Amino acid sequence: MPKGLFGTKVGMTQIFDEQGQAIPVTVVQVEPCRVVQKKTSATDGYEAIQVGIGTAKPQRVNKPLKGHFARANVEPARYLREIRIEDSEVMQGLEVGQELRADLFQEGEYVDVTGTSKGKGFAGAIKRWNFHRGPMSHGSMYHRRVGSLGATDPQRVFKGRKLPGRMGGVRRTVQGLQIVKVDPERNLLLIRGSVPGPKGALLEIRETVKAKYKG
Amino acid sequence: MDIIQSIHEQQKRTDLPDFGPGDTVKVHVKVTEGNRERIQVFEGVVLKRNGTGLTETFTVRKISQGVGVERIFPVHSPKIDRIEVVRRGKVRRARLFYLRERFGKAARIKEQR
Repeated sequence: MPKGLFGTKVGMTQIFDEQGQAIPVTVVQVEPCRVVQKKTSATDGYEAIQVGIGTAKPQRVNKPLKGHFARANVEPARYLREIRIEDSEVMQGLEVGQELRADLFQEGEYVDVTGTSKGKGFAGAIKRWNFHRGPMSHGSMYHRRVGSLGATDPQRVFKGRKLPGRMGGVRRTVQGLQIVKVDPERNLLLIRGSVPGPKGALLEIRETVKAKYKG
Repeated sequence: MDIIQSIHEQQKRTDLPDFGPGDTVKVHVKVTEGNRERIQVFEGVVLKRNGTGLTETFTVRKISQGVGVERIFPVHSPKIDRIEVVRRGKVRRARLFYLRERFGKAARIKEQR
């Protein structure tokens, strides 16, 4: 996997570029990602770094975890996540205790952003599957219903039928977003477009896998 | 929110005059043609100001060759060279959409003094 880091969503706004165009951007606060452990194919079967993100309250860290952080000589983190480093030299050069910052990325680079989308609860077919609604008046009585469930001959409803149900709150990746601005002092990334999740949510930002955006 | 606020502050313009609905303004817009940049003037009546902060916009309406033309500008856009207030209008509402149905004499706005 290519280079990547973690951050939290701050919110959306717009900025003006050199041409004077207003660009919609999501502001991401890159949390200090400290390398806690290096996994190697010799000992773990794959190559990865484990990073601690943010700072945890002391009472939220249990004894085994405390020891784990102490061994790496980093302060206890709120989240522990892994990043595969097989084909990224930048990431392989990292040692335990080092920190990933926003300047890992440059302006103009393309990234994929993964997060947990906003939960919408139990949503109907119109919101969840973009169904059309029926007439609201003239005695219609068929407003936001799902419509036909299929043919009568199979005498059952086929699996995968689009119906109301739980929507959102699942892991989602948005690919090919451009980094508009990097602020190394405040550890901020400004990414063009929207990303999954509410404000304050943890996001994983990786170099894009989309071939057309690769340099 | 203060991070977003500070991003806004960096980009906000402070050199623009105070203007509002009913005012007649000349907006000097930078237009790029190829690699040449020139300034185009759009003069008309401000119909409304919309939104707050960095994302605020304003609408200017003018009659061009007998056809009503409206243009929406972001207030803090770097494409705006400068704004001149030609005339301060006396109006009683914030949105002057009623001007769209009026022509000539009926579309006049009293000057504020």
